[in-house]
Amino acid sequence: MKVVVSIKRVIDHNIEARVKPDHSGVELTNVKMAMNPFCEIAVEEAVRLKEKGIASEVIAVTVGPKAAQEQLRTALALGADRAIHVETDERVESLGAAKALAKVVEAEQPGLVILGKQAIDSDNNQTGQMLAALTGLPQGTFASEVVIDNDKAQVTREIDGGLQTVELSLPAIVTTDLRLNEPRYAKLPDIMKAKKKPMDVKTPADLGVEVASKVKLLKVEPPAERQGGVKVGSVDELVDKLKNEAKVIS
Amino acid sequence: MSILVLAEHHDGALAGATAHVVAAAQQIAQHDGGDIDVLVAGEGVGAIADAAARLDGVSRVRVADNAAYAHLLAEPTAALLAELAGDYSHLLAAASTTGKNVLPRVAALKDVAQISEIIAVESPDTFKRPIYAGNAIATVQSEDALKVITVRTTGFDVCPDRGTEGGSASVEAVDVVAENSQSAFIKEELAQSDRPELGAAKVVISGGRGMGSGENFTLLDGIADKLGAAIGASRAAVDAGFVPNDMQVGQTGKIVAPELYIAVGISGAIQHLAGMKDSKVIVAINKDEEAPIFQVADYGLVADLFEALPELESKL
Repeated sequence: MKVVVSIKRVIDHNIEARVKPDHSGVELTNVKMAMNPFCEIAVEEAVRLKEKGIASEVIAVTVGPKAAQEQLRTALALGADRAIHVETDERVESLGAAKALAKVVEAEQPGLVILGKQAIDSDNNQTGQMLAALTGLPQGTFASEVVIDNDKAQVTREIDGGLQTVELSLPAIVTTDLRLNEPRYAKLPDIMKAKKKPMDVKTPADLGVEVASKVKLLKVEPPAERQGGVKVGSVDELVDKLKNEAKVIS
Repeated sequence: MSILVLAEHHDGALAGATAHVVAAAQQIAQHDGGDIDVLVAGEGVGAIADAAARLDGVSRVRVADNAAYAHLLAEPTAALLAELAGDYSHLLAAASTTGKNVLPRVAALKDVAQISEIIAVESPDTFKRPIYAGNAIATVQSEDALKVITVRTTGFDVCPDRGTEGGSASVEAVDVVAENSQSAFIKEELAQSDRPELGAAKVVISGGRGMGSGENFTLLDGIADKLGAAIGASRAAVDAGFVPNDMQVGQTGKIVAPELYIAVGISGAIQHLAGMKDSKVIVAINKDEEAPIFQVADYGLVADLFEALPELESKL
C-alpha cells in the first residue's frame, strides 16, 4: 500500500519565537526553519513501514510557500520516494490544509496517511482529524504505536492518564505523538540522492480547493512577563514563603 | 443563539474539566444571552448527566446514552455533534485528548474552522489562544456562523455546582445513533498511580538532568506524596534515559500550568520553559545560580538538590 505523509515547515523548535513589534505575528525573517518535530516522527514511521515491506511507496506532501520544498527534500532524504508540494503563500490553517490533503488522498488512494499531531507554530492539533472527516476515514490520533495487520490498523493512542488502543479499518488517518518512534538523521549520500527524487508542484487551484484561513488573526502579543522572583536562603525560608506568602501549600 | 458543551467524563463520573468549559460558555453567553446545553454522550451515563445538570448556568442536558458512544470514539461522537450542531452557534469541549480528538472532526464535517485551546473570551466570535507553546498569545476572530472551540481549562475558573438543593437543568434524551463500522475500541491502560495526572495536577514537581539518574527521581516521590503532586521531567532528563517520555514537560511534551511548579535540577531551556511558565508559582532548586530557570522562578533556592530534597520532604 501507499503511505502519504504530510509535513509542515515551521520555526526550528530550538529557537524562541519572538513577537513582531507591530503585533502582526511572530518574526520569521532570518529565523532558522525546520520540519515540525511531530512531522519528523510521521516521516520516520512511514519509512519504517516501507522498510518492513508494509508500505510500497512513501509520498511526502506539504501545503505552504515555495521555501517548504526544503522540508520536502528533507523528507525525501529520510526515505520518502517522492513529494507533492501544494504551493501557496496564503496563511493556511488546518481546514485549508486538510482540504488540499484530501484532494491528494483522493488522487493517490493511500492505505494510510500519517501526520504530526500538531505543528509547534500554530499549536492547533486539527489537520489529521479534519482530513479524516473530509475523506470519511477513521482516525487514530496521538499514536504511540501503529500495527498494520492486513486491512486493519491497531493504533495505541496517548490519552490523558494513559493509553487507549483502537482498531481502524484501512485506509485510515494516523497522527503521531512523541513516543511513536525516534526519528533518524538524514545521511549525506541520502541528502544528495534526495535532490533527484521527483517533486510534483501544484497550486490549490489545480486541486480545486481554497486554502486561505477563515479565522482572522487580529493580533499577536507576547505573553505576560513573569515578575522577577527572589532567591531564598534555605529550605526553611522556601517552605515559609510557600505557606505564608504564596499560600500554595498548607 | 445557544452553546453546546461536550461533557468530559471518566470512570462513570463527570470530569472536572467540564465545569471549566461551562464557565467559558458562560462568558460567551454573557455577551449574547444564549442558553448553555451540555451533551453527555457515552454508555450508562445517567449519573453523569445528573451531575452535569447541577452545574450553574446550564439550562439543558442532552443525553446520548448508547453503546455507539462508549469511550467517545471520534467517528461516532463527531457524527453525533455534527447532527446536533444546527441548533447552536458554538460547540465547546475541553482541550483534553477527547476534545482534541473529536472537535476538529466535527468542524470539518460542518466545513468550519476550529479554534483550539482558548484561554480568554473577548466576544462571542473573538478569542485569545496561545501559539508557539505559549511564547505568543494570538487574538483570533472566527467568521464562521458555527464556532467550534476547545477550551484550555487552566484559562477559566470552574462554574459552581448548584448542589442538590439549588435546582438543576432539564435532562433530555437524544436518540441520534451514529453508525460506526470503521473504528473499534480494543483496550485502555490507564496509569495506575495514586498521583494526579500531569496536565490536571495542582502541584507539579519535575526533575532535570541534574537529578543524575533515574533512581534519583525517587527523591521526588516523598515530596510529591506530601503535596499531592504529579511528577514531571525536562527533555534533558528524558533524553538522558532517566525517565519515560510521557513525563516530559515542555514544548514537545506536556504543557502544564499548576498552582505550584517545582523545578529541581532543571537549567531552564526554552523548550522546558514553554511547557511550564504559565504556572502560578514557580520554585527552582538548582546548584548553578546562573541557571536561566531562576529568571522565571518566583522562589529560587541555590542548593545541592541531594541535600535540599530530603530536607524539603521532612519540613512539609
